[in-house]
Amino acid sequence: MQHDEVIWQVIRHNHCSYMAKITTGIFCRNPYNVTGICNRSSCPLANSRYATIREDNGVFYLYMKTIERAHTPKDLWERVKLPRNYQQALEVIDKHLMRIRMRKLSLKTREKITTLPRKEVKREARREEKAEKAAVLEKSIEKELLVRLQNGLYPGDICNANFEAYKKVIDMVEKSQAVEEEDEMIEEEEAGPEYVEFEEEDDIEDFGAFAVHESQGNGSDDENDGSAEDDETEALNQRKAKRKMTLASKKLEKDTLDSKSKKAKVLIEVEHDDAVERQRAVL
Amino acid sequence: MAIGGKRKRNNDSDGEDNSSKRETRTETKEPFRPSMIKNKEKRSEIHAKLKHQKKLEKRAKSNARDAAVKRAIELGEEPPEKKVPKTIENTREVDETVCKPDDEELFAGNDADEFSSILKRQQSPKILITTCRFNSTRGPALISELLQVIPNAHYFKRGTYDLKKIVEYANKKDFTSLVVVHTNRREPNALLIIGLPEGPTAHFKLTNLVLRKDIKNHGVPTSHQPELVLNNFTTRLGHRVGRMIQSLFPQDPEFKGRRVVTFHNQRDFIFFRHHRYIFETKEIKKIESKGKNDEDGKSEKVPDHKTIARLQECGPRFTLKLKSLQHGTFDTKGGEYEWVHKPEMDTSRRRFFL
Repeated sequence: MQHDEVIWQVIRHNHCSYMAKITTGIFCRNPYNVTGICNRSSCPLANSRYATIREDNGVFYLYMKTIERAHTPKDLWERVKLPRNYQQALEVIDKHLMRIRMRKLSLKTREKITTLPRKEVKREARREEKAEKAAVLEKSIEKELLVRLQNGLYPGDICNANFEAYKKVIDMVEKSQAVEEEDEMIEEEEAGPEYVEFEEEDDIEDFGAFAVHESQGNGSDDENDGSAEDDETEALNQRKAKRKMTLASKKLEKDTLDSKSKKAKVLIEVEHDDAVERQRAVL
Repeated sequence: MAIGGKRKRNNDSDGEDNSSKRETRTETKEPFRPSMIKNKEKRSEIHAKLKHQKKLEKRAKSNARDAAVKRAIELGEEPPEKKVPKTIENTREVDETVCKPDDEELFAGNDADEFSSILKRQQSPKILITTCRFNSTRGPALISELLQVIPNAHYFKRGTYDLKKIVEYANKKDFTSLVVVHTNRREPNALLIIGLPEGPTAHFKLTNLVLRKDIKNHGVPTSHQPELVLNNFTTRLGHRVGRMIQSLFPQDPEFKGRRVVTFHNQRDFIFFRHHRYIFETKEIKKIESKGKNDEDGKSEKVPDHKTIARLQECGPRFTLKLKSLQHGTFDTKGGEYEWVHKPEMDTSRRRFFL
């Protein structure tokens, strides 16, 4: 049996007595080689189907290898005399090599060209258009996403699902932070903790106080946004700024408190105790 | 015969028979149609009249329906049932392979199929994208967008390699799927999805491709792993195709990215869309009826806020239609087909396979 692949492996990577390695490339000394170059496609030994043209005493012959006769090297190559006329010679070659060519062509993979009836194309396009309308794509996607949201597929912390709730939480954090800040203030300056209560009573008409409150809210918001690795300087700056703001707010409070009834004051003192307790809890 | 003939003649003279004959004549006579009139002016005039009449009838009908609903609400009765319009979807031809939600056979089949290792997250998908031999203009543009849509996808130039060789190569490099974009006349027209190593080969027709730059107000997707919406894949074949598509995407979407990729099947057309989304709360406007207490009460019950999802399309946008599903990897000669679309299958426009 002939195994072209095996023969080629041996020839190329092991030893071939016809091989001539010179600086310009690897060549072949086999007289049957068509190109004279040593490669897989022009190797007369490693190809079961092979044909070449050789000259013998001024006459050209077409040599064809018949692999079924490989066991008798004498009869391996079959030769056909080519006529002297070039055109006729080409015809003879074509006639004898037809089978080899056909095989080569049939081995090549090609795309198959199929018809595309215009009628069907049009029909499909029409139906597609209608199907798209029937699908109501955006709505159905939105619906599916909402179903997923209701099933709790989305992790709540990342998703913006409940923006209102998120805002509420932010506000809560702000408030508690404000309380803590206030507590610090008490320690440092022995100031009354009225401000906290004041914040909780939001229904004061004093616009100035409201503005201060808002600005402070923004400040603490910034703090929230800031990274967890809190730069001390920044924190100090913020604290200073807050101190200023709280002082301002206190002034405002005092003004408003003066105008306020006594009842409010009583309330404040009650809350004051509360605040102290809270402070203890914090401590 | 003669007697019979006589009889007939006798019968003809009878009055009753005559009337019956006249009736038959009126029956056989075609109903009046304006198209039978030869004078164009007259014809169009009568046609317009008929059309106007029809319109009036239709309006009267709908008015009557509305009045009935109103009356029912006033009386506190149940309003008459709304008629469901006949659509192609709800008059679909019965297909015995449509899967029920508790189809154990299907689940067992799913567990044993080629995609289960990916869908059970034992293996993460890795996709090779390539083209047909000749690729230009919109082909590369589509591929560059597909690369953004499908995470862990890699583009390889086709060169002159046989598809079987490419399948071999991809198997060696541990790819899980192979996607081939076919182009005809500088326009992508087919998509070949091959599951690897032994997965099925699906051949889709690709139409109506719109690239991102051609979509108005398009968004730019992030590199997060998208989540997947597969709608309406009902039959066995549909489930299989759906799972195949699912196996192209990672099974652990990053919800943080808020990206959604949709394959929506409608009447055997699979619509591909790619969106960014956001959930928002929206105030619902109270529908105030004209001084009717009942309805006011109803509208008060409805919560003022409602979450809605808003979408922004990122593109690309295209439609797929399954042409064939082949068992095993790509092999047009010796391959065994699970399903091939043939023209003789299109017996009815209400028959669907996915």
